[in-house]
Amino acid sequence: MTAVLSSAAEAVRSVEPPVIEMIDVDKVYAAGSLEVAALRSVSIRIERGEFVAVVGPSGSGKSTLMHIVGCLDVPTAGVFNLAGHDVAGLAENQLSDVRNRMIGFVFQQFNLLAYLPAWRNVELPLVYSRIDPGERRERALAALAKVGLADRADHRPGELSGGQQQRVAIARALVTEPALILADEPTGNLDSTSTGDVLDLMSELHADGRTIVLITHEADVAARASRVIQIRDGQVSPDELTDRDDPTTLVASSAAIDAGAS
Amino acid sequence: MTWRDTFRTAVEAVRTHRLRSALTMLGILIGIIAVILSVGLGQGAQAQVQSEINQLGTNILVVSPGSSTSSSGSRGGFGTSSTLTIHDADALSSTASAPDVQAVAPTVTRSVSLTNGTTNWTTTLTGTTSSWQTVRSRAVTSGRFLTAADEADAANVVVLGPDTASELFTTGNPVGQMVTYNGIQLEVVGVLAELSSSESTSSNDVAIVAFSTYSQRLIGGTSRDSVSEIYVKATSSGTLSAAYQETDALMLNLHGITDSSSADFNIATQQSLLSAANKVDTTMALMLAGIAIISLLVGGIGVMNIMLVSVTERIGEIGLRKALGARPGSIRRQFLVEASVLGLAGGLLGVALGIVGAIVIPHLSDTHVVISVPAAVAAVAMAIVIGVGFGVYPASRAARLAPIDALRSE
Repeated sequence: MTAVLSSAAEAVRSVEPPVIEMIDVDKVYAAGSLEVAALRSVSIRIERGEFVAVVGPSGSGKSTLMHIVGCLDVPTAGVFNLAGHDVAGLAENQLSDVRNRMIGFVFQQFNLLAYLPAWRNVELPLVYSRIDPGERRERALAALAKVGLADRADHRPGELSGGQQQRVAIARALVTEPALILADEPTGNLDSTSTGDVLDLMSELHADGRTIVLITHEADVAARASRVIQIRDGQVSPDELTDRDDPTTLVASSAAIDAGAS
Repeated sequence: MTWRDTFRTAVEAVRTHRLRSALTMLGILIGIIAVILSVGLGQGAQAQVQSEINQLGTNILVVSPGSSTSSSGSRGGFGTSSTLTIHDADALSSTASAPDVQAVAPTVTRSVSLTNGTTNWTTTLTGTTSSWQTVRSRAVTSGRFLTAADEADAANVVVLGPDTASELFTTGNPVGQMVTYNGIQLEVVGVLAELSSSESTSSNDVAIVAFSTYSQRLIGGTSRDSVSEIYVKATSSGTLSAAYQETDALMLNLHGITDSSSADFNIATQQSLLSAANKVDTTMALMLAGIAIISLLVGGIGVMNIMLVSVTERIGEIGLRKALGARPGSIRRQFLVEASVLGLAGGLLGVALGIVGAIVIPHLSDTHVVISVPAAVAAVAMAIVIGVGFGVYPASRAARLAPIDALRSE
C-alpha cells in the first residue's frame, strides 16, 4: 500500500492529476427487496487547491457522495480516482490507509474523544500511521498553533467552546498533511460567531493551497467556496461560480461535467 | 498502531470507566481468590494429614480391632471390649514367630484432665509399653522414658509431651514434680522432644503411662487386657511386607480364625493410610476446583458482558478511529487488549487478596493453607486467557462495524 500511495504521490507531482476524479459513479443501496439509487451517474472533477462546496437538500445524496469521497464507502459502479489513484476497488485495510494518509475529516459533531486532551485528539491519525510519539506531539502542537489553539493543547474537549472544539477537529484533519480536507456540515452545530471563525480558517487554509470539499445546506456557508456543486436526487447539476472563482478550474470542471453529462 | 499505543489506549479506556472496570475486575478477582484458596486449603489439608501419618514413625504397621466386611459391617469384640489384647502384642514381640518385627507397642488412649495445683489441662492419656519410644521414634529431652520396671510395678509415673509439659508447668523443670489425675498422683519422669511439625499438635500434647498403670490404677474397667491399637515396627523398609505377613498370620492364629476374610482385626500400613487420605483429599480438591472454575467462568461472562456494553457505548469512537485510518485489526486488538488488561488487573488483585487470605485464615481457624506459586501463576494466566477469550466476540463486533454506521449513530 505504501508503495502504491507513494507512486500516486509521485504521479501528483509529475502530471498534477485532479484530487478528485469521479466518472459516472453510481451508488445503489439495497433496502430489503427495494433498491435505492443514492447516486446516479455522478461525474465530478476537483483540482488541487480548490475550495468546493457541495450543496443540496437532505436526501439529495450529498451524504452518500461525502462517504464515497471520504473512502468510507465504495461506489457500486463507475470510476473514482483520488489524487490519481483508483480507490474504487480497494479492500477495507487499504481504504483505512487511504483515509489515514490522504483525507482529513471534519465532522458536524466534532467527534473528539472526551477523555483525551486536545493535542492527543489531534495526534490520533498519526498514531495509526505508526509515527513515533515525539514527532506526533510536535506535529500535533504545530497543527494546533495553525488553528490558533496553541495554548489549549492540554485542555480536554469539555473545557473548550464549540468553536474551539471544531478548530481542534480541523487541526486533527490538517496534521497528516492530507491531499483533501473533507468537511461535513462543519458549522452545523455552531453559533454565528464560531461559524465565522471556522469559515475564516477554511478560507485561510484554501489560501495556503489546500484542497477543501465542504458539504453544507446553508447558502451563506457555500458562498465562501470558490465553486459550488449542486446535488439533487442523486445527480449533480452544473456548477455555479462564485466571485472568487479561478478561470482555470472553471474550464476543467466544466469539461468534466460535460463529459459526465454526455 | 503500535502495541505500545494499543496498550496505552486500553489502559486509558479502563481508567476512564473506573466503576465499570472495577466491577468487571471483581468478577475475575473472586474467581482467582477461589482458585488460590481452594488449592491452598486442599494442599494444606493434605500436608497436615501426611505429616500426621509420617509422625507415626517409620516402617510402621497399625493393627486395629474389628474389620469391615461388606456383608456384616464392623465386627467388634464382645460388648464394648476390643478384640485386641495385650497378649496379642506380647505374641507379636516374640522374635521366633515374627522375626521381621523389631518392636511392638500396644496402646490404649483416653482423653483426660490432668492437674498441677490449680492448673488444669486436658490431654490424651496413653497407656503403652517401654517399646513405644522405639516404635514411634521419639526422643526424650529431659528425664527418661518408661522402663520395663515401671511396667512391672504399674508405677505411678508419667512422661509428658512438650506441649503438655509447658501447659502444666509454666516455670521450672517438670521432671520430678507431680501431676494429679482423678486424685491419683503421678510423678513426671520425662518430657518428650518436640516433634518438628507446625501442622499438628496431637503428637506434642500427650501424657504417657505404663499399660499396667493405665489399666490397673487409672482407668480400670471390665476389659483390662484390651488395647485400642497395636503399633508394629518392621526391622527395615525392606522387611515391611514380610512383617505384615507375619503379623497377619500370627494374629489369625491367635484369634483362631482360619478364613482371613472374617478376621476381627485390621492391619494398615502408612502407605494405605496415605492413599486413603489422598483419596478423600482428591475428592475435596476436585469439588473446590469445580467451584473455582465456575466462579472464573462467571467472571469471564462478566468481562464479555461489559465489553459488549463498552463496544455499543463507544460506537462513535470506533467510527471516528476508523475514519481516521484505524484498520479493523487495530480496533480488534484495542478491545482485546482492553479485555486482557481487565483480566490481568483482576487476576493480580485476586492473587494478592488470595495470599492475604492464605495468611489470615490459619489465624482465624485451625486450618492450614499452602500458598502455591504454580497455582498463583496459573491463576493469573487463566485470568488473562479469560479476558482474551471472552473479549474475542465483542472485539470482533467492534472491528466489523462499518465506519459510516458507526459515525451516524452519534
